[in-house]
Amino acid sequence: MKNQTVDTSMQSTVARAVRMKWKRSIKAWLLLAPALFFLFVFTLYPVAQSLYSSLFRDNLSTIKPVFIGLDNYKALLKDPVFRECFRNNLLIAVVTIPLCMGLAVILATVSNRLTRGVSLVRLGFIYPTFIPLVAAANIWMFIYTPIYGLLGYINPSWRFLADGKTAIWALIVMLIWKNTGYIMLFYIAGLHGIDKELYEAARIDGATEVQMFTKITWPMLQATNIYVLIIVLTNAYKMVDHLYIMTKGGPGNATNMLLFYIYQTGFDYWDTGKASAITVILVLMMLIITSVNFFTSDRKAFYND
Amino acid sequence: MRKKSVANYIVNVLLFALMFICMIPVIWMIRTAFIRQDVALDLFAVSVPTLDNFKRVLDAAPFFKYYGNTLFITVGVLLVQFVLITMAGYVFARIDFYGSNFLFVLFLSQMMIAPEVLILPNYTLMSRLGLTDTRIGIMLPFFTSAMGTLIVRQTIKTIPYELEEAARVDGANLLQILVMVYVPLLRSAYLTFGMISVSYQWNNFLWPLVMTDSVANRPLSLGLAMFAMSYETGAQWSDVSAATLLVCAPLLIAFVLFQRQFVESFMHSGIK
Amino acid sequence: MYFPVSVGGGPDALIDALCKQYHEENPNVIVNPVYAGSYADTRTKVQAAIKAGNIPDMAILFSIDLYSLLAMDAVIDINSMCVTPEDQEWLNGFYDGFMMNSRAGDITYGIPWQRSTIVLYYNKEAMAAAGLDPESPPTTWDEMKEMAKKMTIVENGQTTQYGIEIPSDGYAYWMLQTFCVQQNGFNLMNETGTETYYNDPRTAEGMRYWKSLAEDGSMPEGIVAWATTPSDFIEGKTAMMYHTTGNLTSVKNNAKFDFGVAMLPAKDSPGSPTGGGNFYIFKGISEERQKAAFEFIKWMTDDERVAQWSIDTGYVATRPTAYETERMKAYAEEFPYCLVARDQLEYGYAELSTYNQAEVQKAIDDAISYVMTNQQEIEPALETAQQTAEGILQAYR
Repeated sequence: MKNQTVDTSMQSTVARAVRMKWKRSIKAWLLLAPALFFLFVFTLYPVAQSLYSSLFRDNLSTIKPVFIGLDNYKALLKDPVFRECFRNNLLIAVVTIPLCMGLAVILATVSNRLTRGVSLVRLGFIYPTFIPLVAAANIWMFIYTPIYGLLGYINPSWRFLADGKTAIWALIVMLIWKNTGYIMLFYIAGLHGIDKELYEAARIDGATEVQMFTKITWPMLQATNIYVLIIVLTNAYKMVDHLYIMTKGGPGNATNMLLFYIYQTGFDYWDTGKASAITVILVLMMLIITSVNFFTSDRKAFYND
Repeated sequence: MRKKSVANYIVNVLLFALMFICMIPVIWMIRTAFIRQDVALDLFAVSVPTLDNFKRVLDAAPFFKYYGNTLFITVGVLLVQFVLITMAGYVFARIDFYGSNFLFVLFLSQMMIAPEVLILPNYTLMSRLGLTDTRIGIMLPFFTSAMGTLIVRQTIKTIPYELEEAARVDGANLLQILVMVYVPLLRSAYLTFGMISVSYQWNNFLWPLVMTDSVANRPLSLGLAMFAMSYETGAQWSDVSAATLLVCAPLLIAFVLFQRQFVESFMHSGIK
Repeated sequence: MYFPVSVGGGPDALIDALCKQYHEENPNVIVNPVYAGSYADTRTKVQAAIKAGNIPDMAILFSIDLYSLLAMDAVIDINSMCVTPEDQEWLNGFYDGFMMNSRAGDITYGIPWQRSTIVLYYNKEAMAAAGLDPESPPTTWDEMKEMAKKMTIVENGQTTQYGIEIPSDGYAYWMLQTFCVQQNGFNLMNETGTETYYNDPRTAEGMRYWKSLAEDGSMPEGIVAWATTPSDFIEGKTAMMYHTTGNLTSVKNNAKFDFGVAMLPAKDSPGSPTGGGNFYIFKGISEERQKAAFEFIKWMTDDERVAQWSIDTGYVATRPTAYETERMKAYAEEFPYCLVARDQLEYGYAELSTYNQAEVQKAIDDAISYVMTNQQEIEPALETAQQTAEGILQAYR
């Protein structure tokens, strides 16, 4: 008898809690509704739309799209330009991500210890963040242009952008210049969040600067690293504006990238089916890479505070 | 101790040397923008700074119109974003509700799929809606920001819950709580995200490139590219540099002036 | 009228002025030119606009976009607009060389406007300095190769003056075409825009000659940029260049030395592809607007205006009768080189123009840059380009 009362009262508590949660949920969904609406219409629906379009032949020669199954994807596998873009994207990611992150964390740490000129140094490294990529492309164009460019004064026969082997490296240098400051900002914020006493304690124990960095700073920056990794990863494939000014993806396709190839295929050649297929592949790649990064690392950064 | 200070010294020298290298592009741009056109190609040429290049640029292309468009787009996007990220950030920080994990991952997916990648389907959508070559069409895909939501969420989590409870006891409803309690405390989050968002829109290129056909809606970044590319007769470096400086100047100046506040707000926002 | 135009830099101001003048003379017509950048960018924009149903009234587009526009069924037949004998006469009054890229079969779709050929610019002072006669520019491939070598100046292992620059980005296919048509008029494509001959031995022969200039050291290694080639010439960094006549006035105004302009050197025969932009009128707009666009184009291509446009820019005046005008005669007297491109028209050939122009053109442009940057050998690069083009064009046969 006694047990039963406890049971019912517990049941009613649970029921009330569920009711409360439902009420909260409705409120939450309502508050999220506008953001969800735009998220749905301009991110999720377009992904679905690309998936659908990628199954059709839809280019300048077809009046009405024709269903062709996976042919667009099969064609892409054999498309040398697509493969070259893919390789370039990979190269840019592999080179710029560690370099940007490494440089940024070192610069943030070192500049933090300065007694004077902290602001100046930050200014000097972070300003490229605020220069639009197309504008940066104009400036760097005038640095790389043979003979008249800034580097032309050192050696007029340097033609970095004109050579299929060096062009992509020339662009990578610019991307690192453009990105590092932005990443540095995140690390400055991250460093700020580390308890100073940890360093005091380590100093008393006689730790060297390098030890303090590897034993305290780097581990404490794990949360920042997740943010930063997502940013540099997305940057590695979405920063293509400079191609429009500097190389148009050339020489040949030596500097072409997937996103720029989407633009060329979709808007220059009007091959909507093929461009959709590349879009789908790019989206999938990003989702896979970032989720691996996200689910293997410490998720606390996202779920808790 | 002495060894350490020598090492320190070397590190600092390296730091400043690297900083100087990093500054070269902007110095080069400013120098070329102000130099007389006929000596622009001579590295050691010295000339009295001239505004002629700017005059030519402003005569040749409607940069003021471009400024207006970029300003309109940037501010419009930012205002909507502020409202949406506040509501969404609050929900994810404070409310335990059905579907929260699912929706949160959905939001994060937007951070991973940058809007640029979806230019083709989004363009198709816009042309079906009749919104190509409009400024609102350029703005729409950016209204929801996962990153902004995340920043607000993290910041709200650092705010004591008691403040909200106290307001509730005083009879405030949810809207009042958001506006009276949270918005003032989210200032640094807004500033941080504001700078990120503004520089994003200022940078934005590929999307307006496919969206706009006319000067009436063309933003600065695109106007600059058109200007730089329009010389079939060969590049005019001093003009292009002047135009580039015109485009970069507002954000650069804002950053130089508010650098300290900006970096500090970055430190105090939820990002770490 | 919504009027996308692909000109830039200085000439857009000229177009603006003309549109304004037209409005003053015809107050009920407002012509609103929209500049969308280069030819390729304007094409992209116009294609997008058509697909989206936002159809322009008329446009100045690349003459070679004709087949792409036809595939979209986007442009109207100009012959049918010419009903009066005067209209007929006007239509027949353009240079034949320019009509090649303006017609499909017997039907005219484009009206020539900013049209050009490629010419050889040479620095007379550099020629004299190299012990050459400044009044006799090269006339054959071999002569040009030799003279380019002689005019190349190397100091301390660095080339301070190249013998020649032939741009290999942007309009690379166009430059390659010169070396093709000079072999007894062999061209890169058929007349209906459905076939290309990228892998023909003569294409490879032309490519080999072009590349050999770089191998001699008389042309820069790698890609030579279209945009900086004129600056190189004006600054004396190169003694000769291949470039469009559209640049003539700009070079004339900026070069501080005596320079000459000549027809391109020949192999078996002289020749140059024509190039540049045409007016098009679009389908899907009201007949009234089409008529208005037609009238505007007739007004723009009036002899006097064509002559003035040619003087202001260097583009070839598209009508023989324009050269009979007083202002043109006076200008030719003062600056006879403005006639070179026109004279070369006698040996003019159609510019590369096919269906799905952008992609077919990219195939050969890529092949050229692979060769120029030593990433691929000539034959395999051209073979790949041909395969790509085949894949695209078979849908149109």
